[in-house]
Amino acid sequence: MGQVKSLDDLRRIKEDLQQKMKLRENSNDPESLVQIKVAMATCGIASGAKQVMDFFVEEMDKRNIQAVITQTGCMGYCFAEPTVEVTIPGKEPVVFGYVDAKKADDIIEKYIKNGELVEGIIPVNYETIEKK
Amino acid sequence: MSKFKMHVLVCGGTGCHASQSELLLENLKTIVADKGLDNDVQVIATGCFGFCEKGPIVKIIPDNTFYTQVTPGDAREIIEEHLIKGRKVHRLLYVDPENKEQVEDSKHMGFYKKQLRIALRNCGFIDPENIDEYISRDGYEALVKCLTEMKPQEVIDILKKSGLRGRGGGGFPTGTKLEITSKSVSDIKYVVCNADEGDPGAFMDRSILEGDPHSVIEAMAISGYCIGSTKGLVYIRAEYPLAINRLKTAIKQAREYGLLGENIFGTDFSFDIELRYGAGAFVCGEETALIHSMEGNRGEPTFKPPFPSVEGYLGKPTNVNNVETLANIPVIINQGPEWFASIGTEKSKGTKVFALAGKINNVGLIEVPMGTTLREVIYEIGGGIKDGKKFKAVQTGGPSGGCLTEKHLDTPIDYDNLLANGSMMGSGGMIVMDEDDCMVSVAKFYLDFTVEESCGKCSPCRIGNKRLYEILDKITQGKGTREDIDRLRNLSTVIKDTSLCGLGQTSPNPVLSTIDNFWDEYIEHVTDKKCRSGQCKALLQYVIEPENCVGCTACARNCPVNAIAGERKGIHVIDQEACIKCGACLEKCKFNAVFIK
Amino acid sequence: METIKITIDNKVIEVAKGTTILKAAREAEIHIPTLCYLHLHDLNIENKPGGCRVCVVEVQGRRNLAPACVTECTDGMVINTHNIRVLNARKTVLELILSDHPTDCLICAKNGNCELQTMAQEFGIRELHYEGEQSTYREDTSPAIIRDVDKCIMCRRCEMMCNDVQTVGALSAVNRGFMSVVAPAFEMNLDHSVCTYCGQCVAVCPTGALTEVDHTNAIIRALADPTKTVVVQTAPAVRAALGEEFGMEPGTLVTGKLVAALRRLGFNYVFDTDFAADLTIMEEGTELLDRLTRHLNGEKDVPLPILTSCCPGWVNFFEHQFPDMMDIPSTARSPQQMFGAIAKTYFANKIDVKREDMVVVSIMPCLAKKYECTREEFSTDGNPDVDFSISTRELAHLIKQANINFNALPDEEFDNPLGESTGAAVIFGTTGGVIEAAVRTAYELHTGKKLERVDFTELRGMEFIRSATIDFNGLPINIGIAHGLGNARKLLQDIKDGKSEFHAIEIMACPGGCIGGGGQPLHHGDSSILKARQKAIYQEDAGKTIRKSHENPYIVQLYEEFLGKPLSEKSHHLLHTHYFDKSKEIKVVE
Repeated sequence: MGQVKSLDDLRRIKEDLQQKMKLRENSNDPESLVQIKVAMATCGIASGAKQVMDFFVEEMDKRNIQAVITQTGCMGYCFAEPTVEVTIPGKEPVVFGYVDAKKADDIIEKYIKNGELVEGIIPVNYETIEKK
Repeated sequence: MSKFKMHVLVCGGTGCHASQSELLLENLKTIVADKGLDNDVQVIATGCFGFCEKGPIVKIIPDNTFYTQVTPGDAREIIEEHLIKGRKVHRLLYVDPENKEQVEDSKHMGFYKKQLRIALRNCGFIDPENIDEYISRDGYEALVKCLTEMKPQEVIDILKKSGLRGRGGGGFPTGTKLEITSKSVSDIKYVVCNADEGDPGAFMDRSILEGDPHSVIEAMAISGYCIGSTKGLVYIRAEYPLAINRLKTAIKQAREYGLLGENIFGTDFSFDIELRYGAGAFVCGEETALIHSMEGNRGEPTFKPPFPSVEGYLGKPTNVNNVETLANIPVIINQGPEWFASIGTEKSKGTKVFALAGKINNVGLIEVPMGTTLREVIYEIGGGIKDGKKFKAVQTGGPSGGCLTEKHLDTPIDYDNLLANGSMMGSGGMIVMDEDDCMVSVAKFYLDFTVEESCGKCSPCRIGNKRLYEILDKITQGKGTREDIDRLRNLSTVIKDTSLCGLGQTSPNPVLSTIDNFWDEYIEHVTDKKCRSGQCKALLQYVIEPENCVGCTACARNCPVNAIAGERKGIHVIDQEACIKCGACLEKCKFNAVFIK
Repeated sequence: METIKITIDNKVIEVAKGTTILKAAREAEIHIPTLCYLHLHDLNIENKPGGCRVCVVEVQGRRNLAPACVTECTDGMVINTHNIRVLNARKTVLELILSDHPTDCLICAKNGNCELQTMAQEFGIRELHYEGEQSTYREDTSPAIIRDVDKCIMCRRCEMMCNDVQTVGALSAVNRGFMSVVAPAFEMNLDHSVCTYCGQCVAVCPTGALTEVDHTNAIIRALADPTKTVVVQTAPAVRAALGEEFGMEPGTLVTGKLVAALRRLGFNYVFDTDFAADLTIMEEGTELLDRLTRHLNGEKDVPLPILTSCCPGWVNFFEHQFPDMMDIPSTARSPQQMFGAIAKTYFANKIDVKREDMVVVSIMPCLAKKYECTREEFSTDGNPDVDFSISTRELAHLIKQANINFNALPDEEFDNPLGESTGAAVIFGTTGGVIEAAVRTAYELHTGKKLERVDFTELRGMEFIRSATIDFNGLPINIGIAHGLGNARKLLQDIKDGKSEFHAIEIMACPGGCIGGGGQPLHHGDSSILKARQKAIYQEDAGKTIRKSHENPYIVQLYEEFLGKPLSEKSHHLLHTHYFDKSKEIKVVE
């Protein structure tokens, strides 16, 4: 590794690590950020939840939206996998079903960015298994 | 660089290390690799999380799941359940001792709620062996700023304005100390980091060195810039192998980056750091003793003045600061003195790290703003007294501090309040005692420590503490008199008044504060020959309750010294003179007739 | 000089900036008691570890009491040296020290001469309020010094003397806290250490922790044995100090009374080591001239400068610390050993006494002499040239035990032939004396001219390192002088580094030379006593009719009758020695 000779050099090192550290920084205060939970149980993974999660991780970063993206267990809507729960700060969580890359893109562009509703919301009286 | 979706942080502090956290880390890494998750999940060892009571700790990011007492065998379940299936491993979650509920997220643990982590900001958050992670948390920016934008005096002024005071015990203003050293004229000057942490139960310095070594290195370089020194020395206990290794790694990395060495950041400032090992003598935490030890001489203090700032290591001006103090410096430069001064009380700014120990639920390392009350620390952060017992006292300031009681619980903790109440900040040890603790024995315990750790140079400390111990021992043996308490008082006063260094000047504090706050207990020991907590064995009396005694003779037959007399079917009596208090009678009696008075 | 004003016990005084409270108090005629503190003013030796805490005073505005010995006065300081807080603290501290000190005062070697005992008496200590366990340690007896560390109060004076002044490094504090003791490295005994037996530790020890090995009983036994002829020799510095033990003013010369006392004690012959000192000059002076002449004749590897070798502490020092430079000191034995060798050959022959029936006793200001006379090379068939060496202090005890009223004794003369001496021999007792004596003789031997001026004042004084150039009829001879082994070390290092320009150097292990020896009456920190003794020595020299060694008629006779000439074969055999590398002898043994 080269020598650090200036503030810029320091900043470069910092940027290289940004994504990784952001994950940790953001986890300190998740309530203030968009939280996306991708259901990643067997059913979800089988229906492509992993790809959806990867899509969110990469795209949110690319589009420069601060978010905490976590995986969660089966939410119980196995019929609608992959399912994703999105919480915008100050709002109630919303669960989307049948999420693929295109739907994910819509969620980001419409719901997260502008607060517009997107098709495929699963009407809720949900409680996650974990919370029981 | 691949984008990790999850981080698994495993505590790499000494406490967790001792509970196999290294093997746990290995297992986690292997299984993650086996499952092909190495591109998504990063497993790293961090510094101490502070929650040592429940170690080893594993924290999952980003959902902040806080697993406690994790064994190497739990690695597979965490990965298969939590990382793959997204289901938390419930049996490993922390359970709130108050309401018995599982806490999923460390943010909602009482232990962390009231804390404000400045000195410990990176502990349990970054990989201490990776300089890039430190840099990503604004590391070394303060140093750049100082070297390229500020004059040494400007840096000193910032530190003076921040109100930062020495965290090693004395509480001397850090900026002023640097200023005095900077004004001492000499061809060579030294920066010394005092990492000779010696208070029983205190380990904040070790944790910082283990969890965030670069913050200390950066602060030492800044100090060097302030005073015009190119040479830093870390005096560290040889019993801190992990801290030594982390520090060595960090120094190596900093050198590779040119953050230590010649012409740092292309300026004409050069600075480098060497380690010096201490053999673990408590008194070597005293700065003159520390310096003599570094010089290869006997570790014993000398009279001040001259202060090290004027005449220190090898007779040259030396700036000595403790680890925790140093860890605060880069943040103050980055965030500004006003920010730092806004935290804390009027004369004590910022935060203080405390090592919570004793009869408290959450034993561990905490950092709170100055001015936090003992009640908040003990009940909210510490989770209250173990097993629902009654709080009796808290000893602050290590063996040199005093015992504070119920009536001090709502006193805001800062340097001056602790001193005013007969104790001191010290390096931040906090030992909590409950109703089962005998305060005379507590005082004796601390004196036992100071007698061991006195260097022997001055007579009041060398002989006086020994005599204090002997008198306390006599009292716990039931042989004390009312005059002994007066003798304790006079001797304590004289030792404080006449000792050479801080050790002797404070060592009688536990005696004086327990006499002041627990007078009744002392009186009970010497006049009634009773120890209410039952800790003083010699003062126990085994007696037989005639009402319950059926005359089975079991006690008499089992008494090893034939101290129990009584006919079969008659009431038995214990001869107190002969009794050796072994407890065999109590154990053998099936009729609850034997009890302790 | 910048001065500041302070108030001490309501007295306003002005003192120089940097003055300690203790010194300021003394200027104001206020006596603050001290125990660990020691200041040999004229020698610039100071011990102030601030350890005993007996000198504490109250300084207004300070939380704790301040140790007067190390606290410097500041402008406007208000000091109280004897209020109840101070008195209670001092008394308590002293009681603590006493509580960890054996109370066998009546049978202690220091009884009546112990600073701790004096202080306890002055403080009016009648009971100890804080009795408890006492720290104990094994006793250590060496050929010269006994360490009874149970009596050590950790004043650290010995350590300061051994390390800072002498740079020997045999003593330092070991262990911690209550179990702290001052001991040689690895807690070895002294005879397994680099100790030179210079005895400066004994000279400053305030208690009975460090004392000399006592030979008085052995001497009483020898004197009582009718088959033995007991011969005594007495060193020059003894006569300038012994009077102090009998209440005389320091600097009182008691040569005549000393001879009378020795005679009354029953010694068969009362001789003078000074005679041997004259002999030393003959041998050493000739050796100097020999090396010098060879050097001037162009011989390359002549070891110069030549160093004196009459001080046994110094000999031990270079054998331990500079074994690679053993060819530099003169090979001449010390006067004590020259005397013993001549007494047991030449004189024994003369009076027809067999060697084994003669006992040679020396009275010395020195403890290293006790060790020196046990050296194997100074004995014949196991019979030592000097049987016992006792200190000035031991002699005083012996005189007192024998019910001799020393002060009332008449002045008597030494016996002959080994009792005659010159002024040159007398000044062996002080720093600078040996080299002055050597110069007096070497000058005349070298130039063949009579020396008009015998007082070389340029070689006298108390400065630790002195130098002078003496004109040997056109040949400038550079003389160096060092006393105190630390200063000797500096000159030796210069020689090692090739920086020394001296032709001859005199070295004395003890500060002040023999007058300040480890066997002298205790000065208790008053260095003016040493100065007074030095003055007495020069006074004795000035009063002598013969002041050059080579003019001593009995020396001339000795060479004529027995030795031949200086550096003869017989001289070599009896009066010269060789040195041993002792740097390897220090090893850790169980």
